[in-house]
Amino acid sequence: MNNNSGYWKENLRLVSILLAIWFTVSFLFGIILVEPLNTIRIGGVGLGFWFAQQGSIYTFLVLIFVYTKKMNTLDRKYNVHED
Amino acid sequence: MDLQTVTYMFVGATFALYIGIAFWARASTTGEFYVAGKGIHPVANGMATAADWMSAASFISMAGLIAFNGYGASVFLMGWTGGYVLLALLLAPYLRKFGKFTVPEFIGERYYSRTARVVAVICLILASITYVIGQMKGIGVAFSRFLETDYDTGLYIGMGIVFIYSVMGGMKGITYTQIAQYCVLIFAYTVPAVFISLNITGNPVPQLGILSTMADGSTYMMDKLNLVVSELGFNEYTTQVMGSKLNMFAYTLTLMIGTAGLPHVIIRFFTVPKVKDARATAGWALVFIAILYTTAPAVGSMARLNLMNTIQTGPVGEVTANLEYDKRPQWFKNWESTGLLKFEDKNGDGRIQYYNDKNMDFAEKADSYGWKGNEMVKVDRDIMVLANPEIANLPNWVIALVVAGGLAAALSTAAGLLLAIASSISHDLLKGIFKPNISERDELMAGRIAMAGAIALAGYFGLHPPDFAAGTVAIAFGLAASSIFPALMMGIFNKKVNRTGAVAGMITGISITMLYVFQHKGIMFIPGTSFLGGMSPNWFFGISPNAFGCIGALANFAVAIGVSKVTAPPPEHIQHLVEDIRIPAGAKTAAEH
Repeated sequence: MNNNSGYWKENLRLVSILLAIWFTVSFLFGIILVEPLNTIRIGGVGLGFWFAQQGSIYTFLVLIFVYTKKMNTLDRKYNVHED
Repeated sequence: MDLQTVTYMFVGATFALYIGIAFWARASTTGEFYVAGKGIHPVANGMATAADWMSAASFISMAGLIAFNGYGASVFLMGWTGGYVLLALLLAPYLRKFGKFTVPEFIGERYYSRTARVVAVICLILASITYVIGQMKGIGVAFSRFLETDYDTGLYIGMGIVFIYSVMGGMKGITYTQIAQYCVLIFAYTVPAVFISLNITGNPVPQLGILSTMADGSTYMMDKLNLVVSELGFNEYTTQVMGSKLNMFAYTLTLMIGTAGLPHVIIRFFTVPKVKDARATAGWALVFIAILYTTAPAVGSMARLNLMNTIQTGPVGEVTANLEYDKRPQWFKNWESTGLLKFEDKNGDGRIQYYNDKNMDFAEKADSYGWKGNEMVKVDRDIMVLANPEIANLPNWVIALVVAGGLAAALSTAAGLLLAIASSISHDLLKGIFKPNISERDELMAGRIAMAGAIALAGYFGLHPPDFAAGTVAIAFGLAASSIFPALMMGIFNKKVNRTGAVAGMITGISITMLYVFQHKGIMFIPGTSFLGGMSPNWFFGISPNAFGCIGALANFAVAIGVSKVTAPPPEHIQHLVEDIRIPAGAKTAAEH
C-alpha cells in the first residue's frame, strides 16, 4: 500500500506541474497577459495573440506526450504497470 | 466538368466508402457495439476520436467565427483543444482502468448508487441530444444545398445515412468509418488553406503564413489585415475581445471542462486495449485535432482579408475603389441566392460599401464619402469556410472536396453522439436498472432501437428547430461541464466524496447552468446577438450564457465536497475501489468485463 501511495503522490506532483503550465500558456499568456506580451512580436503577430491562437495548442500537445512518457516510467518504477 | 457534377462525385464516393466500411466492420456482440472490442491502436483511435470530436461546428463555423471575431475567437481554439489535457491527465487512464462501457456506469458504481447513475444518464442525454440536434440541422442544410433539394428532403436523406452506418456498425463500424472521415475532412480543410496561404503570403504552410509578410513583401499579413478592417471602422483584428476578458476566461474554461465531460469523447477511452494506450490516445487525438485547429486561424484571417479586398479594391473614400455591384464575382451571386449574403444599395451608387456603420467615430468620414450605411446587410459567418475556395478562385475539385469534408465532420460527430445516447439507454437504464437479466442479443437490439429513436427525435427537432441554432452547441458544453466532469474527477481524486454529495453536486451544477441559459434565452436564441452584448449589463459579471458552464462546475465541486463532509463517508470497499483505479496494474481488456 505504501508503494501505491508513493506512486500516487508522484503522479499528483507531475499532474500539478503540467496543469500549471497548461494554465500559464492559455489563461495567463493567451488572455490575462495578452497586452504586455503583444509588445513582443514574432513575425507579424504579437506574442500574446500567437499564444492564444497557436502556441497554447502546441504546448498542450507537448504536455500530453510528456505526461504519457513520464507516467510509463513511473509505472515501472513502482512496479504497477500492466502485464 | 461543372461544379455540381464534381460535388456529386466527391460526396458520392466518400459516402460509398463510409457505408462499405460500416458493413465490413459490423458489430456482433454488445462489447463490439459499445467499445469496438479490443485492439484498436492508439493512433487509429486518436484519429477516430478527432473525427468524432470535430463536428460541423469545428469544420464549418469556427473559421468564420475567427474571421469576424479575430483575437476574441481564441476562446474556441484554446477551449476545444485544452480540454484534452484535462482528459488525458485527469480522466482517461483511470476510466480505462475501471474498465466499463459507459460514463453513468462508472458514476453509479463509484458512488454506489442507482440514483447517481440515473442522474448521470439524464445529464448525459440532455448534453448529447442538444449537441446532436445542432449536427442534424447542419446535415440537413448541407445535404439540401448540394443535392439541390429542399431542406426537409436533405434532412431525411441525412438521417437515413446516419441510421445505416451507426445502427448497423456500432462502435466498431463507427471507429473505422471515422478514420476514413478524418482523412477526408482534414484533407478538405488543409488543401484550400495551403493554396490560399501561398497566394497571399507566398508561404505554403498556413501556420507560418499568418506570421509572414504579404507575397509582395510590403508588410506583414496581419498588419495589413488590421489596417484594412480598421480603415473601414471595424475593430482591429488582433486585439478585439469577445465581451470582456473575464468572459473570455470563463468561456475558455467552460469549453475545456465541457470537452473533458462530453460522453461521446470519454467513451473513446474505454476502447483502447491498455491504460498506457488511454494516455497516448488523448495525445494522438490532439495531434489530429491540432492540425485543423492551428490551420483555422489562417483560414479565418485570410478569408477575411480576401473578402475585404474583393469589395474594397482601393483606398477608402475613393469612389472607384468600391466594387461595382454589376461586376461582382460568381461566388457572390451563388451565395446571394442562398440568402446568406445580402446586398442593399443604400446610397444608390451601384457600388458596394462594406463598413462598420455602428462605429460612431467612423460615421462622419463615411458621411463625407456619401455612404449611407453598410450595404452588406448580411454576411453569414458560417459561409466563410465553404465560400473560401471560391473567393480565392480555387479549382472546382477543391470546392467539391470542402463540401465532402463538411459532411464528413457533421456525420461522424452525429454518429458518435448517437452511440453515447444508445448505450446509456440500453446499457445503463435497461440492463443496469430495469431489467438486469436481459440477454446480450436483446440488449444489442435495445441499443439499436434507442439509436433509431434518438435519430428520429433529433430529426424532428431538425425539421422543427425550436429556435436554438447558436445556442445548442454552447448549452451542450455547459451541461457536460457542470454535471459530468466534476463527478468523474472527484470520483477519482477525492476518496471522501460520497453518493449524497455527488448527486447533490450534479443536480446543482446542471440546474444553475440551465437556469442561467434559460434566463437569457431571449437573447441566446436570436442568432448573432449573443456576442454583441446587447443584454450584457444583465449578465452575471458580464459572463455570457455560453460561458456559464464553468460556474455551474464550480458550484458542483463545492456542493459535492460540502455535502460529503456532513454526511456518512463512502464505505470501505468503495475507497478500495478508488485506490485500485489509481494504479494501472491489473486492468482487464475492454471486452472482458
